[in-house]
Amino acid sequence: MTGNPYLLAAYVVTWVIHIGYISTILTRYAKLKREILALKKK
Amino acid sequence: MKKAFPILGVLTAILLSYALYQALVVAPTEQTMGNVQRIFYYHVPSAWTAFILFFVNFGASIVYLMTRKTAADIVALVTAEVGVVFCTVVLVTGPIWARPVWGIWWTWDMRLTSTLVLWLIYVSYLFLRRFSSGGQTPSLAAALAVLGALCVPFVYFSIWFFRTQHPQPVMGGGGSIDPRMLHALLINWLAFSCFAFLVCWSRYRLERLQRDVDQAHALQSLLDPRGSPR
Repeated sequence: MTGNPYLLAAYVVTWVIHIGYISTILTRYAKLKREILALKKK
Repeated sequence: MKKAFPILGVLTAILLSYALYQALVVAPTEQTMGNVQRIFYYHVPSAWTAFILFFVNFGASIVYLMTRKTAADIVALVTAEVGVVFCTVVLVTGPIWARPVWGIWWTWDMRLTSTLVLWLIYVSYLFLRRFSSGGQTPSLAAALAVLGALCVPFVYFSIWFFRTQHPQPVMGGGGSIDPRMLHALLINWLAFSCFAFLVCWSRYRLERLQRDVDQAHALQSLLDPRGSPR
């Protein structure tokens, strides 16, 4: 089973990058929702 | 369309799980490299997906330069951003594979260097979009995207034109591949393509919403200049 730590690292890093990017999209969505609510109140 | 998104999301999650199973369990172990070769099932589909996204970015940029349609500009921005994410995966998983196989993390060979240059071009494209605030920004970015897209075939064919340490291409490289390996590779490509499509879709919606909110802020500050929210 040579190379297993590298294989694990590659797969984990791939998903860390994707999930990290998706979380930035979700954060921006949440920020926009707050802005929309603030706009509606005015 | 809104109802289709969660359904497609679930289907993509199932497909990604199936693809992972194919890559880790079904595909046979490569004789010389062992299990580390399975990195290939994430590395290569990520590269193909990034190339497709950069080509869509190229097409959208051309359409934007010809028609000045906002939708084309947003598609260009979104595909460049998601393409950079996939290209980052390629640049990270490649060295992780190279370390146990070549004994080094990185070498300045033509394929690796041109991929890094491609990544830098699209990162600079995103910086231009993010930090330049003028009416000409989308046009300048579109021109940069056209130049960036010219780099994509160079990256792909670099292993044919130059002597390089990088393995030969799976498709059209003259070598042969076990059908189970090919199946795992193609399933992973399909899964990552569906995933990229969904991410692009949600990012497109976010960008549209962002532009609507920016317009509303601008309108509000015109109507009430004293109480500008920003």
